[in-house]
Amino acid sequence: MKKQLFFLATITCLAALFVVSCFQKNGTSKKGVDKGLVSYNFDVRPILSDKCYACHGPDAKKREAGLRLDVAESAYSKLKDGKGFAILPGKPDESEVYKRITSVNPDYQMPTPESHLGLLNENEINVVRKWIEQGAKYEKHWAFTAPVLPAAPEVSDKDWPRNEIDRFVLQKMEDAGLAPNEEADKSHLLKRVALDLTGLPPTLDLQNRFAADKGEKAYEKIVDELLSQKTYGEKMAIYWLDVARYADSYGYQDDEVRTQWPWRDWLINAFNKNMRYDQFLTWQIAGDMLPNANKEQILATAFFRNHKYTEEGGVIPEEYRIEYNIDKTKTYSTGVLGLTVECAQCHDHKYDPISQEDYYRLFAFFNNSKELGFEGDISQTKLAKNPILRISDQEAKTLLTFINRPDTSSLMVSVMGDRGTLRPTHILNRGVYDAPGRVVTASALPSVMKFDTNGLPQNRMGLAKWTTSKSNPLTARVFVNQIWQEFFGRGIVKSTGDFGMQGDLPTNPALLDWLAVDFMNHGWDIKRLVKQIVTSATYRQSAKVTDEKLKVDPENIYLSRGPRYRLPAELVRDMVLSTSGLLVPKIGGPSVKPYQPKGLWEAATSGRGTLKTYQQDKNDALYRRGMYTFIKLTVPPPSMIIFDASNRDHCEIKRSKTNTPLQALVMLNDPTVLEASRVLAERLTAKSTNVETNIKESFQRIVCRQPTDKEVKLLTEYYNGEASMFAKDKKHAFKVLNVGEFPRNEKVNEVQAAALMRVINALYNMEETITKS
Amino acid sequence: MEKPIFEHGMNTTRRHFLSKLSLGLGSAALGSLLIPDLFKGGSGGEADVETLMAGLPHFAPKAKRVIYLFQNGAPSQLDLFDYKPMLNKMHGEDLPESIRGTQRLTGMTANQAKFPLAGSVFNFKQYGKSGAWMSELLPHMASIADDLCIIKTLNTEAINHDPALTFFQTGAQVGNRPSFGSWLSYGLGSENQNLPGFCVLLSRGKGNGQGVYSKLWTNGFLDSVHQGVQFSSGENPVLYLNDPDGMDRTQRRNMLDKVAELNQGTFNEFGDPEITAKVQQYEMAFRMQTAVPQITDMSKEPESIVKMYGPECLVPGTYAANCLLARKLSEQGVRFVQLYHQGWDSHGGLPNEIKGQCLDVDQSSAALITDLKQRGLLDETLVIWGGEFGRTNYCQGTLTKDNYGRDHHPRAFTVWMAGGGIKPGIVYGETDEFGYNIVKDPVHVHDFHATILNQLGLDHEKLVYKHQGRRYRLTDVAGKLVKGIIA
Repeated sequence: MKKQLFFLATITCLAALFVVSCFQKNGTSKKGVDKGLVSYNFDVRPILSDKCYACHGPDAKKREAGLRLDVAESAYSKLKDGKGFAILPGKPDESEVYKRITSVNPDYQMPTPESHLGLLNENEINVVRKWIEQGAKYEKHWAFTAPVLPAAPEVSDKDWPRNEIDRFVLQKMEDAGLAPNEEADKSHLLKRVALDLTGLPPTLDLQNRFAADKGEKAYEKIVDELLSQKTYGEKMAIYWLDVARYADSYGYQDDEVRTQWPWRDWLINAFNKNMRYDQFLTWQIAGDMLPNANKEQILATAFFRNHKYTEEGGVIPEEYRIEYNIDKTKTYSTGVLGLTVECAQCHDHKYDPISQEDYYRLFAFFNNSKELGFEGDISQTKLAKNPILRISDQEAKTLLTFINRPDTSSLMVSVMGDRGTLRPTHILNRGVYDAPGRVVTASALPSVMKFDTNGLPQNRMGLAKWTTSKSNPLTARVFVNQIWQEFFGRGIVKSTGDFGMQGDLPTNPALLDWLAVDFMNHGWDIKRLVKQIVTSATYRQSAKVTDEKLKVDPENIYLSRGPRYRLPAELVRDMVLSTSGLLVPKIGGPSVKPYQPKGLWEAATSGRGTLKTYQQDKNDALYRRGMYTFIKLTVPPPSMIIFDASNRDHCEIKRSKTNTPLQALVMLNDPTVLEASRVLAERLTAKSTNVETNIKESFQRIVCRQPTDKEVKLLTEYYNGEASMFAKDKKHAFKVLNVGEFPRNEKVNEVQAAALMRVINALYNMEETITKS
Repeated sequence: MEKPIFEHGMNTTRRHFLSKLSLGLGSAALGSLLIPDLFKGGSGGEADVETLMAGLPHFAPKAKRVIYLFQNGAPSQLDLFDYKPMLNKMHGEDLPESIRGTQRLTGMTANQAKFPLAGSVFNFKQYGKSGAWMSELLPHMASIADDLCIIKTLNTEAINHDPALTFFQTGAQVGNRPSFGSWLSYGLGSENQNLPGFCVLLSRGKGNGQGVYSKLWTNGFLDSVHQGVQFSSGENPVLYLNDPDGMDRTQRRNMLDKVAELNQGTFNEFGDPEITAKVQQYEMAFRMQTAVPQITDMSKEPESIVKMYGPECLVPGTYAANCLLARKLSEQGVRFVQLYHQGWDSHGGLPNEIKGQCLDVDQSSAALITDLKQRGLLDETLVIWGGEFGRTNYCQGTLTKDNYGRDHHPRAFTVWMAGGGIKPGIVYGETDEFGYNIVKDPVHVHDFHATILNQLGLDHEKLVYKHQGRRYRLTDVAGKLVKGIIA
């Protein structure tokens, strides 16, 4: 049996390997290979970076034989031992690199067996050979060169494109011999766009209005309507909360409560106001340093203070102060620049041209913060850590009206604020706080773009200006790619958080650059970017997939079909609450504690602090959107984690999308889902006792389309079977209905309500329900 | 040489493939149940299969499974295993500075004017062939001394609980690296298709507690199917496992059939393989609903077993019950069972607190070894017992004749292992006469991890996962095999 399993799995694996390798041949470099031209950036560098740079790259300390292959001068010059050249342009057979990658002698071959990097395969060897033959030309890393606006390409199908995005996409599709899908039917399209723009499924009213509107502009009208709703800001905020590792507790072992939520309210409001992205970043990076900074601008900097904070007695404060700065540096570099720089914390980066010095110069921007490494153990806890922004009742009433306060008491938020005198930043040997090396001053990564100390102050304001400069090659690209990922489930650069040398290459570089430059040229306007995406023909395609397309393009890299994937964790909850009518649509405010399996916090606690036991909320607080569920870092909300939500431990810009039996168990047994099923069943039964009407309406609310006759028949049979069972034992029906704190409707017939509840529960468990398709 | 290429090129595919095997959640696994004909031919494919997967495990494993009895809060090695009569002789005298050297101290004792040595109040005796010293607090463990490999020279860099515990569990002090169990789930998959491959059991003693937190069993950047599944002593042994009131198995089956039929309709329209996978996950969930309660039900355990583990093993949520459950899970093929027992953090009143802690764990820890042995499972199961660091030889707070506290001590502490191809009945490594520094055979946390992986047939330098451009390992960039403890 085990062997059989193994076998099947391996076949799957082999098949996938086959598809991938075929795909790569027909993929990105198809044109280049046809013409015999090899691109350093797209064909060669990924190979050298992966196989060679660990020992012959940017890291000076680990460099073997004094040779680096990531820069031309070193690669071309005479080898140290005097025996020839690593790379002799035009002559692979005389290039040491080529000789070694093709050698079978373990003492001579590269990469060495000890490196565990593996030898190059035939295809890779051919690429390197061709490249050397063609002169071994080096190019600057694509992502470190500022994007220029490419012209939208000519395509043979003139009718399909609705905007520029489509021409870039179609060109790639045509190259690969694929054709776009037809437009999705209205109901699927509406569900998709409503979920993407507001995080909520379309209401019955919206469904009916859209179905009835036969006008040309029906879809655009809906898009504008959705973009203007406050729920748009909530939906957009979710992914930025992951970037900002937002949580409601301090993390570490005692894990006491903190109040960063006013910043979350700011975030939602910023998206709803359609704050320009350059301003959005500037405020969050250095709002406190703006001339006459107001409290809103200071509040924005809480972005950097959402990191964990220890309250464990006996820690060494400096160790933790450094840790918090490392976290800020990581959040900035991963979330904003799409780079992983933390390798350079301990040593020069092995793949990207980021030295340890570069790292600590970046770190220095955050190192002048007034914060302390430790403010006492949990017995001295407070809701924020210095520097603290205090918001009075008056301020919340006038300037900061977007804050949704539970009462009139003043609020505390951890924010940024610098010291008067500069704290020197040392390079820390091996990244350890108590091994300081030489002192460095603040500067942003020179390999990305020069940080001009003549024009820019060496503080966070300088960093904000550098980041939002239109010449910065990364900021806009990384952002449009993140947004693209939100809508298509996969970035144009798949490794959303790594635009460096080891990251994935863009599958459509011209499209990425066009989006980035167009975005900057139009005032970093986020809603405009979003609208461009959702109104494109690319986005509007049906998600149906044929066996053939699945074979040629399993990951939908060429976008010849619409996106189809399971909803993020928060939206699964939102779907259930909103379709049942239980959702309390309040925006913002303190986080809430809905139903949660008993004993989870109690089992994993130090026994100290106010969060040692889970005090479940009551009434309205039970029915808020998923994004408001209280996040205790050491025990994050289980149903969220089961659906792949970030645990908010650190900056995260891409969630995995798994499919597990634990998810099935949540949908089957979580009281939230059962209560929603019961409440909707009671409401519908109170309105009408016509079984078919009720089944149809539940279906349309939950699945967001009309059921087929077959589906109605199947569900009616299910209903009838359950109803006759409950009719024989009414106690059984009561037992089933007895779930959740929302008051029961005693007037409805319990047999009908319980049977309909079962049907609705089944609908919540349909794959299509929690899938955007 | 095939392996690393495969490792690199197939990262995604491999991960998905493995994720389907692990946690017993697999559509691959289920596929075998649904379409058994696939396996009948076994034609040309087999050879390729062997070549491709030759790397996992990297070599013949000695252990198939791990049970890790984590003593959370750091038990005092000086009161349990590392017998130092010198401390009794010098009781109350200051720790010589030459011994303390450059060791960092926690903020709790860094400002103490004196570091008075505290000899253990407990009596020590030698046990077994190796003559291992153990204190009177551990009579049951002492009785199985010949099965234990006692390592006195574990050492770590962290001096606070959170980072130290995280380091032991994930190979790094900062959070969000995959946990040990997740690495194994990723690397080896599960042996049982109805149970998770990585299970976590929590219990708490009466001593001073330090929290545990779910990042200790996180999948980090691996797929979330490799996450540890926490078992609880409450109504639901696994989260959301129980069907609601009024839903029996027949009704559940009926409902799942209806849902599957609806999903089939969607599949016919959209052709997305995720839909079929979803149906299979529901089937797996249905089977787990039967399999898990069967295993957590202790009512059918014979009296001899209850006697062996102690009567507390019938009280869900106790350490003893968790030891017994660990044996049952492990016996069913769960790759990694992780226990945590809280309460060892005795900064003050240590003699009293540690007595209680030992009463909680001594008998059942020893019973687990004996039980595995009598079932012929000890050879293939590696059992580990220990905390995140040790405790200081000097007193924290006021020292009296029979009372003292001990602060955190990362430089040398004791952990024991049993089974799984580890040499039984030995004591490995030595500390100085103050029990403060290592004088022979240090074992760093990375070395410890490398060795455990080795016992499971995994080369710690080859079990890698590429994430955001970097290849990650459990052992980061370090780790040496501790050859002296391998049988």
